[in-house]
Amino acid sequence: MTPAPALRSLNFFAAFPYGGVGEKFKLLPAYSFPSIASNSMLTPLQTSRSTVATGIRFYRRAAWHSLDGFKPTRTVLQYLREDCGHTGTKEGCAEGDCGACTVIVSDLAHGQARHQAINSCIALLPALHGKALTTVEDLADADGTLHPVQQAMVDCHASQCGFCTPGFVMALYELYQRHAGGTVPNRGEINDALAGNLCRCTGYRPIVDAAVQMFALRESAQHVARRSNTIKALRGNAVKSAALLDSSAGKWFAPRQLDELLRCVAHHPQARIVAGTTDVGLWITKQMREFDQLVSLVEVAALRQLKATRTRLTIGAAVTWSEALPHLVRHFPALEELLRRFASPLIRNSATVGGNLANGSPIGDSMPAFIALGATLDLAAWDLRSRTVVARSLSLEDFYLAYQKIALQPGEVVTGVRLPLLAADTHFCTYKISKRFDQDISAVAAGFAWRVRAGKIIAARVAFGGMAGTPKRASGCEAALLGRPLNQATIQHAQAALDQDFAPLSDMRASADYRRLVARNLLQRAFLEATGTLAPSLHAQEVLA
Amino acid sequence: MSMVSQAHESAHLHVSGRATYTDDIAELAGTLHAAFGLSSQAHARVRDLDLTAVRAMPGVVDVIIAADIPGPNQIGVIFHDEPLLADGVVLHVGQPLFAVVATSHELARKAARAAKVDYVALPHTVSAREAKANRASVAPGRDLRRGDVEAALAAAPHQVQGRISIGGQEHFYLESQAAYAVPREDGTLWIHSSTQHPSEMQQLAAKLLKIAAKDVVVECRRMGGGFGGKESQSHFFALTAALFAMRLQRPVKFRPDRDDDFMVTGKRHAFEIDYQAGFDDYGVLRGAHYDHLVQCGYSADYSPAVADRAVFHADNAYYVPTSRCTSFRAKTHTQSATAFRGFGGPQGMLGIEMVLDDIAYQLRRDPLDVRLANLYGVKNRNLTAYGSQVEGNVLPQIVTQLAQTSDYRARRAAIREWNRASPIVKKGIALTPVMFGISFGATHLNQGAALVQVYTDGSVLVNHGGTEMGQGLHTKVLQVVAHELGLPMSAVRISATDTAKVPNTPSTAASSGADLNCMAAWAACQTLKARLVPCAAQQLGIDAAAVTFHQGLVGDSAKNLEFAELTQAAFMAQISLSATGFYRVPEIGYDFATMQGKPFYYFAFGAAVSEVQIDTLTGESKVTRVDILHDVGASLNPALDRGQIEGAFVQGMGWLTTEELVWDEAGRLRTHAPSTYKIPVASDVPADFRVDLFDTPNVADTIYKSKAVGEPPFMLALSVFFALRDAIAAVADHRIAPKLDAPATAERILFAVEGLRSA
Repeated sequence: MTPAPALRSLNFFAAFPYGGVGEKFKLLPAYSFPSIASNSMLTPLQTSRSTVATGIRFYRRAAWHSLDGFKPTRTVLQYLREDCGHTGTKEGCAEGDCGACTVIVSDLAHGQARHQAINSCIALLPALHGKALTTVEDLADADGTLHPVQQAMVDCHASQCGFCTPGFVMALYELYQRHAGGTVPNRGEINDALAGNLCRCTGYRPIVDAAVQMFALRESAQHVARRSNTIKALRGNAVKSAALLDSSAGKWFAPRQLDELLRCVAHHPQARIVAGTTDVGLWITKQMREFDQLVSLVEVAALRQLKATRTRLTIGAAVTWSEALPHLVRHFPALEELLRRFASPLIRNSATVGGNLANGSPIGDSMPAFIALGATLDLAAWDLRSRTVVARSLSLEDFYLAYQKIALQPGEVVTGVRLPLLAADTHFCTYKISKRFDQDISAVAAGFAWRVRAGKIIAARVAFGGMAGTPKRASGCEAALLGRPLNQATIQHAQAALDQDFAPLSDMRASADYRRLVARNLLQRAFLEATGTLAPSLHAQEVLA
Repeated sequence: MSMVSQAHESAHLHVSGRATYTDDIAELAGTLHAAFGLSSQAHARVRDLDLTAVRAMPGVVDVIIAADIPGPNQIGVIFHDEPLLADGVVLHVGQPLFAVVATSHELARKAARAAKVDYVALPHTVSAREAKANRASVAPGRDLRRGDVEAALAAAPHQVQGRISIGGQEHFYLESQAAYAVPREDGTLWIHSSTQHPSEMQQLAAKLLKIAAKDVVVECRRMGGGFGGKESQSHFFALTAALFAMRLQRPVKFRPDRDDDFMVTGKRHAFEIDYQAGFDDYGVLRGAHYDHLVQCGYSADYSPAVADRAVFHADNAYYVPTSRCTSFRAKTHTQSATAFRGFGGPQGMLGIEMVLDDIAYQLRRDPLDVRLANLYGVKNRNLTAYGSQVEGNVLPQIVTQLAQTSDYRARRAAIREWNRASPIVKKGIALTPVMFGISFGATHLNQGAALVQVYTDGSVLVNHGGTEMGQGLHTKVLQVVAHELGLPMSAVRISATDTAKVPNTPSTAASSGADLNCMAAWAACQTLKARLVPCAAQQLGIDAAAVTFHQGLVGDSAKNLEFAELTQAAFMAQISLSATGFYRVPEIGYDFATMQGKPFYYFAFGAAVSEVQIDTLTGESKVTRVDILHDVGASLNPALDRGQIEGAFVQGMGWLTTEELVWDEAGRLRTHAPSTYKIPVASDVPADFRVDLFDTPNVADTIYKSKAVGEPPFMLALSVFFALRDAIAAVADHRIAPKLDAPATAERILFAVEGLRSA
């Protein structure tokens, strides 16, 4: 059942002023789109009414660097290793799964400086626009004095072959900065911080030791000065323009205003929309796909909003999972383990909520939980005839039509997701089953939400990933729960119904039989947890410890 | 005597991004980048290979096929059954079919995909069992018999039998394979490769290029991990780079993308072991019979040697009075399985550990008691099936001590109690021992060589035949040289492994690196000292017998001179300040045909206790505590040795839990990147991880009485597998031995649980 899209005008976007002018470098003449007919290869992607500079600039090693005319699919890692010859940062997998390429990207978020570790192998170079880049070679002082992270790694014998080490150092650097105020992480937090970094030699124990020991060491005055200069540079020379690349090597446009984005997408339906590129990055590095035109929505201020009211939490599409995580956990504590296990912190620092939902993968982690929560997806497009933004929303489950097919119209962009807050009598829980606990793709993911009133289940939403070509509600199972008392007999009845809801596939992650059995058992687990007869999963115990 | 926990010689470089790996070497102008075109078919005749589109791709400079190789298209290391580039027939999905060079890494990879290949499909199999049914093998089998096992089994009061399927393992060295070949003057060639085996690479490059070994130099400063995966497997990339470099007279780099590395290179051998054993009322073995079915892939590579070590180690640490072990080396249309830490030992040992575990279930005894009852004796019951005496057996001591320090008995009882009150989550515990033979199976390889050069300023440069892959070999060699010459570590440097400096070296493998190369460096130091001592005695006017080298000074307690003064004096006296050192392992040797004799110079011992939890609704598991006591002899470097033990254990744990290789029906490896192939991460390592060294001098005459440590601790992870089995068995009150294959993924654990529930 797909509800008719509700069209409404989004005039509030008009409240956002146009920005993006006045950078102190190359200016191009103004350009505006006369019509959709101008979709030639030479058409610039930007749609600003005023002059806009091309090129990007970012801060590194005490200087702003301007780059232009390069291929927009160039990764940060390729830039570092191949263009600069700065080979301290390593390529281990080129798909964001090993962390050898970890670098720190610093920016200002709501005025606050932050230093986030990301996978440079799938981060696209133009996305550095306006930010600062720090690599493993930049941590030590000129006289060779190591940063506390590095010194602790040496002292703890935490490197063997050393190839993963730069990545671990950078991931730990983020952890070190996060605790700059004097707090100390526990083992669970250290494990989380390292979940995106693979080491094949040490067995991790000495690296974890180093993560503890580094807090006993202080940063040198020179290092502190370098970092504060970086922050000063970001503040003092704040880049407010849209990033724009427009050359024969390819086009990149990262507008700051939603209407700019939507008009651009409307005029260039062939342009690839990107956000954190944690998936598109693999299309580039693994499938060797070519993209001449890319539009990034991560800089759109309106999509970076995160707002909670008494009834719902609204998350903009460009909000990263790292940004969303504390808010989601505050409102939905049952999401904590799932979100901790969502990819890795390195990925979560780049990957956006909208990107994950719009990706439509049948094994995406967030969808079953969000569908169970009754999430609504907000979409918007620029209507070429009326020259206005039109928006619509639909329930998340209706967004997924079939395997790799989503209900996104040409020119349409996912702008955000709304999650209704839980009623007091709602039990909500969610699970992810994978070969490895951390940073793995789920074999099965499940979300359960039900309300019990007067001993009877009055509402039930059950959704699964990994069980069908899309994330999907288990309608038979829901029907079997509805109107019945919450007891073992009902659960058994619902388990039988669940068997009929799905015909999962066998693949390298799990067999169909396992998926079916685990789906049944997760319903049982949800019941046991709801009735207080079972503690959370094996791993949750350690987190609490 | 143990040496000190010196930091890894490159630690300060590792942490600051200044350690140079092959792909980090500054590229010379004109450097080209290579990529393979890979077979998409498991087994097929290549009717037509159309490379027109490849040649037309942007940036492409050259393309080669098998016919373009000047010498033999042959890189097999034991048998000549492996081409560098497939010629007419492809034998697995991912086999290199052609190679292309382009002006960038990206362009080469893109071009490699543009080929049009017309295949005629031939029958293929990814199943070793099916291959055996078709009598398809890559090498002759084995049948090692001791006594009349059939009679012993028949006469024994009790019998067990079963089958375990054991998955392979991808090395997942963090640094993919990489090589950089640069043509030099007068038809010579320099190759920098991430390789454990520079000498073999040099020989093969010379053969394929039809030049002499003297014209090829292979160098390796360090690898970003090897684990056996960069012995023969590094040849593909280095030799292809070499072919292009010589053909085009341009520098050529070849570093495959991670997925291509997975698709091309061999992995640990998957095994199936059928076992039968007879035993008495106490669980003491009367006889055991194993049939090893080894998935070797499309060619032999090191498979015969790997499968042999599995046969040697079919006894692990136990005396089995009658036994038989057969071994079939199945030819499958998959990557050619290769060396991997343990080299068949882990699979062989898993067989007998299954036997003993099954016996414990059948007799309802603590598996530790069954294991203790069968351990090799110290003075008797210590002859192996291959005719070696187990000397210096400290295992009874280790196991007893570990059982105490880990509080095994009390914890086991507490776990039983805990499980009774926990219907969903179950705990399990197990203690398993390891006895691993140290020496290359091919006896002649047990040799090491080194070159120690002293400069007149008193600084020392060392080169030896071993390669550094993270294990700390260079650090240990440095320690030995510094110790022998009485110098601080900072006075000694190790340069990259280089076939031009130390020739004809074995692969750095079989845990032998420190044993062979430290001894060779030690020998070189003795030669130097023999030359320097008379010089010092003369300079100081003291008795030569009183001269020692200590803390940078040479002399006796009363009179001495600085080492640099001595080297200057020696130079003035026309005394050579460089020396080679050579070492051959004594005593060893065995009859290859009968597998009788002394294949191993000594054994390394160890034991581990693992405690786990499983969730019987999902099959998820977690290792919660591990206690290890491992024998490294007198440690050369306790910190490095501990690092090897912990790292090997975690790698072994991955092999037995989350690391699963999946080939589909078409023969395609579906787990070909870290997104699909899951090695352990930090949270998989038990928060409670207690590791102790059993610090007792080696009975064999090794360097400072130390022991090899690279491989033996890998097999300590068997304790995780049997702890999981123990937890699963709790579902049926330990009455039934669970059916569990490796790796024990959540899926296998859940189905094992279900199996018990329906039993």
